[in-house]
Amino acid sequence: MAYTIQGETGAWELVIGMEVHAQIIANSKLFSGSSAKFGAEQNHNVSLVDAAMPGMLPVLNEHCVEQAVRTGLGLNAKINNYSVFERKNYFYADLPQGYQISQFAHPIVGEGIIEIDLDDGEVKKIGITRLHMEQDAGKSMHDQHPTKSFVDLNRSGCALMEIVSEPDIRSPEEATAYLSKLRMIVRYLGTCDGNMEEGSMRADVNISVRKPGDEYGTRCEIKNVNSLRAVHQCIEYEARRQIELIEDGGTVDQETRLWDPNKMETRPLRSKEEAHDYRYFPDPDLLPLEVANDWIEDIRKTLPELPDDIKHRFVDEYGLSHYDASVLIAEKDRVEYFETAAKDRDAKLTANWLLNELLGALNKAGLTLTESPVKAQQLGELVSLIEDKTISGKIAKDVFADMMETGKNPADIVEEKGLKQVTDTGAIEALIDEVIAENPDNVAAYKGGKDKLFGFFVGQVMKKSQGKANPAAVNEILKEKLNG
Amino acid sequence: MTDLTHLTITEALNGLENKDFTSVELTQAHIDAMADAKHLNAYVTETPERALEQAQQSDKRRSEGKAGILDGIPLAIKDLFCTDGVQTTASSHILEGFVPTYESTVSGNLLRDGAVMLGKTSLDEFAMGSSNTTSYFGDVINPWKNKNRPDANLVPGGSSGGSASAVAARIAMGATGTDTGGSIRQPASFCGITGIKPTYGRCSRWGVVAFASSLDQAGPMARTIEDCALMLKSMAGHDPKDSTSAPKDVPDFTAGLTDDIKGLRIGIPKEYRMEGMSEEIDKLWEQGIAWLKDAGAEIVDISLPHTKYALPAYYIIAPAEASSNLARYDGVRYGLRVCDDGDNLIDMYEKTRAEGFGDEVKRRIMIGTYVLSAGYYDAYYVKAQKIRRLIAQDFTNAYEQCDVILTPTAPSEAFAIGENEEDPLTMYLNDVYTVSINLAGLPGLSIPAGLSKNGLPLGLQLVGKSWDEATILKVGQHIEKAANFTALPAIRTQKAA
Repeated sequence: MAYTIQGETGAWELVIGMEVHAQIIANSKLFSGSSAKFGAEQNHNVSLVDAAMPGMLPVLNEHCVEQAVRTGLGLNAKINNYSVFERKNYFYADLPQGYQISQFAHPIVGEGIIEIDLDDGEVKKIGITRLHMEQDAGKSMHDQHPTKSFVDLNRSGCALMEIVSEPDIRSPEEATAYLSKLRMIVRYLGTCDGNMEEGSMRADVNISVRKPGDEYGTRCEIKNVNSLRAVHQCIEYEARRQIELIEDGGTVDQETRLWDPNKMETRPLRSKEEAHDYRYFPDPDLLPLEVANDWIEDIRKTLPELPDDIKHRFVDEYGLSHYDASVLIAEKDRVEYFETAAKDRDAKLTANWLLNELLGALNKAGLTLTESPVKAQQLGELVSLIEDKTISGKIAKDVFADMMETGKNPADIVEEKGLKQVTDTGAIEALIDEVIAENPDNVAAYKGGKDKLFGFFVGQVMKKSQGKANPAAVNEILKEKLNG
Repeated sequence: MTDLTHLTITEALNGLENKDFTSVELTQAHIDAMADAKHLNAYVTETPERALEQAQQSDKRRSEGKAGILDGIPLAIKDLFCTDGVQTTASSHILEGFVPTYESTVSGNLLRDGAVMLGKTSLDEFAMGSSNTTSYFGDVINPWKNKNRPDANLVPGGSSGGSASAVAARIAMGATGTDTGGSIRQPASFCGITGIKPTYGRCSRWGVVAFASSLDQAGPMARTIEDCALMLKSMAGHDPKDSTSAPKDVPDFTAGLTDDIKGLRIGIPKEYRMEGMSEEIDKLWEQGIAWLKDAGAEIVDISLPHTKYALPAYYIIAPAEASSNLARYDGVRYGLRVCDDGDNLIDMYEKTRAEGFGDEVKRRIMIGTYVLSAGYYDAYYVKAQKIRRLIAQDFTNAYEQCDVILTPTAPSEAFAIGENEEDPLTMYLNDVYTVSINLAGLPGLSIPAGLSKNGLPLGLQLVGKSWDEATILKVGQHIEKAANFTALPAIRTQKAA
């Protein structure tokens, strides 16, 4: 069912495109040698270039270009051999040059495509329009002094990738799924840490509404959307705002709006008179950027296996469900853990243990997967013990709880506590005989037609075996003896 | 002892090496001359103590046998080059009091080779002008006088007017200039000295206050070709801090100066014979052609068909880049800041920039902003860039027929201060012979070739192929010898009298 919002005049469809700013992982800034590390004391990572001192010139950081190309490859996108840095001109206190160096007409990366996984298991393709590199701005603080603004230029000049999607997104869920997948991809690639709290990944959301089948409506760009929650909330708010506006006979103005997470609303960022004319033109301080195909291919060779490829492999090779596979790929650590644990074992069973037992237990304990007391190899051994019928699934849960607590190997726990499953039919037969001998009344009742008492006998046998008897064998032999 | 300030750099280096005098003596002679020539207003900032200190160190180096190729030579630095610890203003109020903590690559190269800095020379504000009358620190005066109007103070040309005036008045042995549309060559012509704008990318722009980044190029201004060659060798070279600086070896420019020019093809562009060209300039050009012919060069008529579009294209591209380059002067981090109680950020920007920039700078920022605006960009900026490519192609085609191009440097002799001011377009015409060369990124030099009827110097321009400064220097030296330009500006003849 396509997502719609019900207005007074019927159902409305949302059309959403996203512009995501992702800070490139690099030691130094896009055009200067100063550190790009987060968290330094104010104005400590600022070179003469970053502060736009007179006569200073930008020099392109090759590593940032490599990271942008790597990301482009990860988005299955076309890498442009020729791209151009341009100046985007506007005045602001945290923009020392009075312009931002960005790419405009000729970005480094062209069209690409990624898959998003929706909760109902559906997989949808979202088009990437482009990816370009640009400088980050500094930070202005207006609440530190009654009349002065404080400016921190640590971030000024850090390398960003702006990743622009096609308007293929149709719901808040798809928007968050898109952002999650994008974040997953850059993390796999090691090109951005995807940390939205620290601002190394930020989203601008373009939203318009229309009656299903109509032409695109007028869109608004929502800025300052800095968490997955905010993406969801701002889309719901903004879509309703536009629908109400249109249904009340108004029209949507194409404008830039700001998401206010406290008031939970969007509002215009600037009036029309303040609308910017950025006067883009090629930066004469920088030569056009040319990247050779050989270099691109060298980078391609170093790409890790990407989440969607892994997902498809898990479904095809291991027979996992799409859903399980998509949960496993959410984090690179999970994938590694799973593959270690599932090696030469029942992969589906391993996935179940990982997703249902381990992640739940870790969550309860407030631990991450890397901090898990149960290592991947150990979880795998536990699965093996179930597979070869050394222990039952029920006993395995007890063993697992013990592992979580002590970090011991499952085989040792089984050994120490004598939890080995009894599959020796002779031993089980002896136990059953004992139980039958001890409960003549119940045997008579069962034989008289009280079938339900079968469970009682199973329970008694299991109790005598201290839970170690193989339940299937118990069932089988017991049935023979009682019915025989 | 003869007046040391009359020596060329080459002569002075010989004198220093022969222990005829010390760098301290040479520097002191220039400091004394600077005091006598204060009224020229050639310097924004004089640094005599620093100069003498540097001269002392130079003498010490020389005595230890460690002298560099310019060791002990007192030079002036255009106040567009950032100098570590010395105020750098670009002749603008908005940068008044700005003291860089860094040295531009070009001035740093000169210091590395032992040069002594006498001070920072004036220029048109942010290098925008052809008369040096737009400096916030006052007009610069040309040391030459029109013998038919001896009372009038003349402009030195611009934008490197302070450097040209200082070198002509013998208050610096040489100076750095920058040339965006003729700013080295036109003042060199007006002041009777030699100046070369190298190929774009030959000298680093790092640490030079930017006017129009795709056109700006530093170069030397001195009294002989040989001195220019010597200075250029020091100033030039690849700089990884400037992405447009070329990773090319710098030839030994002085070594090539002895070769003859027999058989060299000299191109004469017909489009430069413009309507209304003064007879005097035309005659000088013919004279130049004759000298080179006599030296065995072959004269070739060539065509540069897009010449007439050069000036309009230049006055779109240069202001466009300038409007963006000058955005950083916002009162936030350095330089002038005008902010009254209760002003917000926008108020502060407006007041600072209104007070900090002069009229010509404001005019160009507005032109530049306009031509880059949405709706005008294609009609102006994009079209101007297309013309720029056509002009460069003109030269490429012409160089299939010739090796060097000879033209006049400027359409007139030095004019009086205050003239040509009523209409900015008249002023812009000063660059008519020089801007194409910047648009094409080629090397060009101006060499004094004679005097006008009014007794004022006139220059000829030589334009070379990309990276071929060596050939224009060589041809320039032939003109230098033939012209035997020994006339002195009024300030020096009067003093001698």
